Amino acid sequence: MLANQIGYYSLILGLLFSVYLCIVSIKDFNNADKKVSTNIITLSFLQLAFVIISFISLILSFINSDFSNETVFNNSHTTKPLFYKISGTWGNHEGSLLLWLLVLTLFIFLFLIKSREQPKKYRILTLLFQQLIIIGFFLFVLMTSNPFNYLFPIPAEGLGLNPILQDPALAIHPPILYLGYVGSSIIFSASLAAVAQNYISREWGQHIKKWVLISWIFLTIGIMLGSIWAYYELGWGGFWFWDPVENVSLMPWLTLTALLHCILVLERRGALTSWVVILSITTFTLSMCGTFLVRSGILNSVHTFANDPTRGIFILIFLFILIFLSLGIFFLFHKENNKNSDTFFWLSKESSILVNNWFMMYFLSVVLIGTVYPIFLDVISAEKISVGPPFYQKLIAPFLAPFLLFMVFGPKLKWIKSKIENKSSLIIFLIISVILMFFILKNITTDLLFYTILISAAFLLFFTTSKELFFKKFTNMSQAVAHFGFSLFILSILFNSILSSEITTNIKVGERFNYNGAEIFFKKIEQDNKSNFSSIVGYFKITNKKGKVIELKPEIRVYNQPVIITSEADIKTTLLEDKFLVMNIVKGKKYFNIRYQVKPFMLWIWISILILSFGGLMSLSKKKYEK
Amino acid sequence: MKNKLSLIIFFIFLIFCFIIFYIGLDKPKIYIPKTNIERNLPVFKAKDFSSNTYIDSENIFAEENYYIVNIWASWCVPCRKEHSLLMELNQNKLIKLIGLNYKDNLNNAKKFINELGNPYNQILIDNDGTLSVEFGAYGVPETFVINKNKKIIKKFVGPINRRILEEIKLIIK
Repeated sequence: MLANQIGYYSLILGLLFSVYLCIVSIKDFNNADKKVSTNIITLSFLQLAFVIISFISLILSFINSDFSNETVFNNSHTTKPLFYKISGTWGNHEGSLLLWLLVLTLFIFLFLIKSREQPKKYRILTLLFQQLIIIGFFLFVLMTSNPFNYLFPIPAEGLGLNPILQDPALAIHPPILYLGYVGSSIIFSASLAAVAQNYISREWGQHIKKWVLISWIFLTIGIMLGSIWAYYELGWGGFWFWDPVENVSLMPWLTLTALLHCILVLERRGALTSWVVILSITTFTLSMCGTFLVRSGILNSVHTFANDPTRGIFILIFLFILIFLSLGIFFLFHKENNKNSDTFFWLSKESSILVNNWFMMYFLSVVLIGTVYPIFLDVISAEKISVGPPFYQKLIAPFLAPFLLFMVFGPKLKWIKSKIENKSSLIIFLIISVILMFFILKNITTDLLFYTILISAAFLLFFTTSKELFFKKFTNMSQAVAHFGFSLFILSILFNSILSSEITTNIKVGERFNYNGAEIFFKKIEQDNKSNFSSIVGYFKITNKKGKVIELKPEIRVYNQPVIITSEADIKTTLLEDKFLVMNIVKGKKYFNIRYQVKPFMLWIWISILILSFGGLMSLSKKKYEK
Repeated sequence: MKNKLSLIIFFIFLIFCFIIFYIGLDKPKIYIPKTNIERNLPVFKAKDFSSNTYIDSENIFAEENYYIVNIWASWCVPCRKEHSLLMELNQNKLIKLIGLNYKDNLNNAKKFINELGNPYNQILIDNDGTLSVEFGAYGVPETFVINKNKKIIKKFVGPINRRILEEIKLIIK
C-alpha cells in the first residue's frame, strides 16, 4: 500500500526533475563556464534515484503480494516462489517500462560522470537529447501504463504469472537485454549531440566506442538468454524461430555490430562519419520500433502483454518524432568530411569494414522486411500472411558463404593499403576445409552444392580465426577472440541444423522403442507437487549403441495460477550433443505423445556466443587503438 | 538539388510508414485464413452414395437450412476419431450434414458407415477428388459450414474436436 504510493509519487517527481534538468541544462549551455555545472550531475543523480525508488517500490509490492496494486494483481500470486515474485516485476508491460526508464536514467548518469574530459556543450546536448527520450517514457508510463494503479476492493489473490515466464533464464533475460537494447539510447543521444556540435572526430570515436561495446555485449548476452529459454521452455527443440520479437532484438544487434566496426575506422582514420551517425540513429530507432511492434499488439508475439491501442499510438507518434528530429539534425548539421570512402584503397581494412557494413545492411533489410511486411500487406490489401523461417533461411543463407569468406580475409588486411599475406597457410586451410566438408556431407544428399560451399567457408573461417587466436601472440586479441567465437557459432549452427534428428511417437508406460540404434524405455510416471504447480514426471531410460544409459525426466506441469498446462522438456547436455525429450498428454488415451530429438553441438552455440561477447569485453578493457 | 529530392522522397516514405502503422493498429489481430471468408458454393453434379444417381448441387442445398459438408474416407484414420462427434452433430435438427466420400472404395465406405453409424443426411461420392478441390479442401478430413445464403462461411482443416463442435453450434445459433 505504502510502497505503492511512494512508487507512484517518485515517478512523478522523476518526471518533474527531468523537466527541471532540461531548463537548468539549457541555461548552463549558454554559460561561459568551461565545466558542466555540478547541479546538473546532482539533478541527474536525483532523477535516477527516484526511478530506482519507484522500481524498488514495485518490487516490494510484488514481494508482499500487495494486490491493491493492479500490476501485482495481474501478474503475481501468493504461492509463487520469492524469486519469481521478484522477476514478475519486469515480466509484464508496466514493470518492463519502468525498467526501460531505469536503464535510460542510469545510462545518462553514468555518461555524465564518465565523460568529464569531453567538451561541455557536447555533454549537455547529449543530456538534453536523452532527457527528451526520458520525458517521453515518463509520460508514456504515467499516462498509459501506470504500474501503480490502485485496486479497490483489494482482491484476496492475484491472477498469477504466466507459467512460461517462470523460469530462471527468463528472469534475468529482460534486465540484461535492456541494458543493451535501451542502452543504445545513449549512443543515439551522443551521436546527435556530436553532429550538432560538429564533433564527429577520432576523439569522439574513441570515447563513444566504450558505450557501443557495452550495449553490444549486453544485447548479445540478452538475446542468447532469450534464445536459451526458448530452447528448453517452449519445447520445440529449436533456439531461433524468427518470431517478430526475436527479430526486433536481432535488428539493433546487426546495426550495432556494423557500428562497432565503423567506429574502429572512425577512431583510426577519421572516416565513415556518415555511416557512424546513421547507424547510431538507426540502432536506437530500431529498438523503439521493436518496442512499438511488440507492445502495441500490432504483431502477435510472446511479448505482446496487452492490446491497448492508446499505447500503440503513443509509442508510434513518439517514435516518429524521434526519427524526424534525428534525421533533421543529421541533414542540417552533418558535414561529410573530406576523407570519403571513395578514397579507400580497395584492399585495405577500411574497405573490408565497408563490405561488412553492406552485408549487415542486407541481413538487416531481410529481417526488417520479413517482420513488417505482413503489417503493410494487411493494411494495403487486407491480406493476412505470416512470414516464417523458410523466408529468412532462403534469403540469408546464400549470402552467408561470401560473408564468411570476406571475414577470412578482412581482418588480415592492414589499414590504408595492404597485400594478402600468408597465402600458403590459407591454401592449406582451404584444402583441409574441403576435405572435412566432404567427410561430413558424405551421407547427406539434400542441397549438396549449397552446403558444400557454406561448410567449406565456415571451416576456412574457423581455421583462420583459430590460427589468429592461438598462434599469433600479442596481436589484436579482442578481435581474434570475438571472430573465433563467431566462426565457432556459425559452425555449431550448421552442424546443428544438418545433423539434428528427431522422432515423434506415442508410447505407453512400460513400452520401449528403438531409434537410430538407441533404445528408449518408458519406465514409469510419478506425481510431484510444488507450491505453484503439480506435475507428472515421466522416467525414460535411453540406452545407446555402446550400452551407455542416460535417464531423462520430462514433465507435464499443471500450474495452479493461472491454470495452464506446460510441457517441460528434459535435456541431457553433453559436449557433443543434446538429447531432448518432451512429452505431451493425449486426452482420453493411455499413451503419451513423446518427441525425442538428438541435437548436436547445442552447447557450442551458447559457448560460442559467450566467447563472442567476451571478445567485446576484452576490447572494452583495452585503451589502445585497434592495430 | 538531387539530394533535396531524395530527402523529400525519404520523408514521404516515412510518413507513409507512419500511416500504415497507424491504420495497422486498429486492425483486428485475429488471424483468419482467407478461405474462411464467405465464398460461394461451387455448382456441381455428383453421384449419390445410396441411389447411385447424379444429383445437381442446387437440389442438394435446396432447403433453407445450415449445411455442413464433411469430407471423409474409410481409409482416413482421423475420420474415425471425429465420427462420434459428427453423430452428435446429426442430432441438431437445424443442420443438414452432407458427407463427401473422398477417393474411396464404395464397399469399404459402406462398411465404415455400417460399423460406425451414418451421421449424414446425404452422402455424395467424390471418386477423383475434384469436388473436394472445388470446395477448397486440402485433404481429409475437412469440414465446411454453409449458411442459409448458400455461402461457405467457415472451414476446419483436420478432424473436428469438441471445441470446433461448440464453435459450429455457436455459429448456427
